[in-house]
Amino acid sequence: MTDENFTPELVVRKRRSPFVDVLLRLGKSPLAMFGLAIIFVLVFCAIFAEVISPYSPIKQDLMHMFETPSAEHWLGTDEFGRDILSRLIYGARVSLQVGFIAVGIALITGGMLGAISGYYSGWLDNTIMRVMDVLLSIPQTLLAIAIVAALGPSLMNLMIAVGISAVPTYARIVRGSVLSIRSMEFIEAARAAGSSDLRIILKHIIPNSMAPIIVQSTLGVASAILNAAGLSFIGLGIQPPNPEWGAMLSGGRQYIRDFPHMTLYPGLAIMLTILALNFLGDGLRDALDPKLKR
Amino acid sequence: MNDKIMLDIQDLTIHYEVESGVVHAVEGLNLTLGRGESLGFVGETGAGKTTTALGIMRLIPNPPGKIKSGKIIFDGENLLDKSEAEMRKIRGEKIAMIFQDPMTSLNPVITVDKQIAEMISLHKKVSHSEALKLAGDMLELVGIRRERMHDYPHQFSGGMKQRVVIAIALACDPELLIADEPTTALDVTIQAQVLELMKELKQKFSASMILITHDLGIVADICDKVAIMYAGRVVEYADKRSLYTNPVHPYTIGLFRSVPDIDEDVDELPVIPGLMPDPVNLPSGCAFHPRCSMAEETCKTLRPEMQEAEPGHFAACPVCVKKFLERSGK
Amino acid sequence: MLKYIFRRILMLIPVLLGVAFCVFTLLYFTPGDPARMVLGDLATDEAIKEFRDKEGLNDPFLVQFGNYIYKAVVKGDIGRSYSSKRPVMQEILTAFPYTLKLSAFAMIIAILIGIPCGIISAIKQYSWFDTITMIFAMIGLSMPVFWLGLLLILFFAVRLRWLPSSGFSTFKAMILPSVALAAQSISMVTRMTRSSMLEVIRADYIRTARAKGQKESIVIGVHALRNALIPVVTLCGLQFGQLLSGAILTESIFAVPGVGRLMVNAIMSRDYPMVQGGVLFIAITFSIVNLLVDLLYAYIDPRIKAELK
Repeated sequence: MTDENFTPELVVRKRRSPFVDVLLRLGKSPLAMFGLAIIFVLVFCAIFAEVISPYSPIKQDLMHMFETPSAEHWLGTDEFGRDILSRLIYGARVSLQVGFIAVGIALITGGMLGAISGYYSGWLDNTIMRVMDVLLSIPQTLLAIAIVAALGPSLMNLMIAVGISAVPTYARIVRGSVLSIRSMEFIEAARAAGSSDLRIILKHIIPNSMAPIIVQSTLGVASAILNAAGLSFIGLGIQPPNPEWGAMLSGGRQYIRDFPHMTLYPGLAIMLTILALNFLGDGLRDALDPKLKR
Repeated sequence: MNDKIMLDIQDLTIHYEVESGVVHAVEGLNLTLGRGESLGFVGETGAGKTTTALGIMRLIPNPPGKIKSGKIIFDGENLLDKSEAEMRKIRGEKIAMIFQDPMTSLNPVITVDKQIAEMISLHKKVSHSEALKLAGDMLELVGIRRERMHDYPHQFSGGMKQRVVIAIALACDPELLIADEPTTALDVTIQAQVLELMKELKQKFSASMILITHDLGIVADICDKVAIMYAGRVVEYADKRSLYTNPVHPYTIGLFRSVPDIDEDVDELPVIPGLMPDPVNLPSGCAFHPRCSMAEETCKTLRPEMQEAEPGHFAACPVCVKKFLERSGK
Repeated sequence: MLKYIFRRILMLIPVLLGVAFCVFTLLYFTPGDPARMVLGDLATDEAIKEFRDKEGLNDPFLVQFGNYIYKAVVKGDIGRSYSSKRPVMQEILTAFPYTLKLSAFAMIIAILIGIPCGIISAIKQYSWFDTITMIFAMIGLSMPVFWLGLLLILFFAVRLRWLPSSGFSTFKAMILPSVALAAQSISMVTRMTRSSMLEVIRADYIRTARAKGQKESIVIGVHALRNALIPVVTLCGLQFGQLLSGAILTESIFAVPGVGRLMVNAIMSRDYPMVQGGVLFIAITFSIVNLLVDLLYAYIDPRIKAELK
């Protein structure tokens, strides 16, 4: 070597971690940031509901029924004189809980099934995927309705129903990405080095199939909240007097002619939440895979 | 106006405006092409060859691309002054183009006869059925059996698809044919067949041709003239014989050195040191000076103009041209 | 092609058996005695026992399931509604035309609005039209159909009094439910058309078409669109399947007497044969629509058609 000062560091540009890269790209999308901001507000409401809500969400006040928005009741009161704003704040807790836990159920169950299915092809794969086909041939909303109808309406059952109805989606996504990753060389290498199957799945395959799963989960929380609100709306979800957005909408429905504020605000809350999650999901998709950006 | 000159590109500058800055894809390019001539347009990937070709067709994707300045005189008229409608008459009829990747250049949901017939109907006054018949003739001309005219592109192999693309390009008997690396995406054996076909058809249609390639061998086989392109400019231009025997520009010399010679037994091919400059930040002066072994102080500041080294042989390097002239004793 | 269709139909059978099994199991283990449900709280124990014997409710689970499938396949009998006492099949077939009409209208609206908006958005990418369309599409995607329905009722029925707020008998009455149901599909079709179009207009063959000297309107309208619509057609088909079954909420808001409302009422009144039959019926419809979509897909994409030959 003639040039001893030549070191590789000078040539290789300093690299940021991919995680930081994703966050930076995400930060560039105003819509995703808007979504993230709303989600932060919601999470804040859910955690500190007791502190920030002006009234109790279930305390009836028959002296102040059907009040339109005023300084005392910012968003008015409902048919039992309950403060709508407070109910919305507590409702955020319920909705986020349903959204995240339902997706958690779907993700863990579906992810496991998909990973197993994709990793060990053959009869196991075949069996699992046929069962998923059966579930997929029942539309998601209907499946959730059927499950909750069988189990009986309650918060837990609602989450299970919404979660199970989304299992096939995750199973398919995970299986697809496992199949594409499994054939790559670094998996061969790990196997050649004597790693166990479980280790390969946990250490290599799951981390490498994260991108589509993260995106799907974000969007999944949105559709879980939407589904749950729909179920509550037709009376199969959370039971009164618990504050839930879908149930509030359903309650306000019969008074829509005279007191539209009772349906306006809960609906707006649902829409904003879903919108925020969708914006974030879209932003994440672009940030995680810049090639897909259009 | 010299009637023999068909295409005269003067000082063409094309930029792409992207997030990270302005890409100087073509920077003050000059080039002429005589009627009936075929020109080999040689350079590394990213030198701006395809951009120049798309510029001639006025098909630079905008945004981000933009023709900033210059003139493209074709048959005595500046193409850059033409309206879009006038350009449409020229595209396909006067100037046709063969694209690099035959796999993706054909519309997958339209049968090949219709894709050829589309070209014919656009520029010739014939009925629909006649256009289809002519399309069949064209297919036969490029060596595809007529029975296959109703097939879809995916039913053909890569080499056959490129034949179809050639059939489309030649369907209206263009004056100028621009072939952008027509064989790069093909297998070596198929490459030879397609080149042979192009050579044959060029004679038959007596069209002028610009053949874009990075393969000096193909140029030697097909072309009369050669233009060497580097970082958005033509650095050397000559007829084939003169360029292959007496390359002047250091970049051209480097290119020839990096081509393996069958007769010579060498352990290692000499390469041009360094990399193509970043088109967002072109070096000042002569864009090649950071990689040039003969660079002098002036090369860093002065942008070299084309100079004639011997009749019809130009190079954009004052230093080398001077040395060349001294060597040949003038 | 015929062979392919036949194979696909054969493959449907185990899936539908699976659906039937799932629903049957789910409802079998649901707490509550169907006999008590039908006969009411005042029925005597004897009457209940008699009913259980007659309906085969005391048979082992698998026998009951076998009987159910046997009757369904051989006689087209999927039970009798507990509440209306009429055959489930008959109830569903009365309700289905409403659902079909509602879904078809919604789909037509979605196609008529979604495809043009998607195309313009793609051609004018990053323009104000594109930005606004995309934001609206996102809002449409996030809008709960039951809320949108209520808003439409509030505005067009209560305030403006232009359109009726419920029913599905006149053309005017069909407008609001169809629009409410279409909102999500409009958004999805718009987004899909846009992204598919964006991908296609950058394709090499579009450049080839331009290099032929073809007019921009034909380059976009013929060369690009024919390719871009392939995934959109698939989406529309799948959406139609979803609409047919997903009209549950819309139907219950606008009191449209379709399959969705039938199902909700059945669930509320624990009318199990109705729920079973309804889910099975919807699953069959859904699967058939998906099969048709696949066939259509094969028909419009010559690459797939060739594979099937």
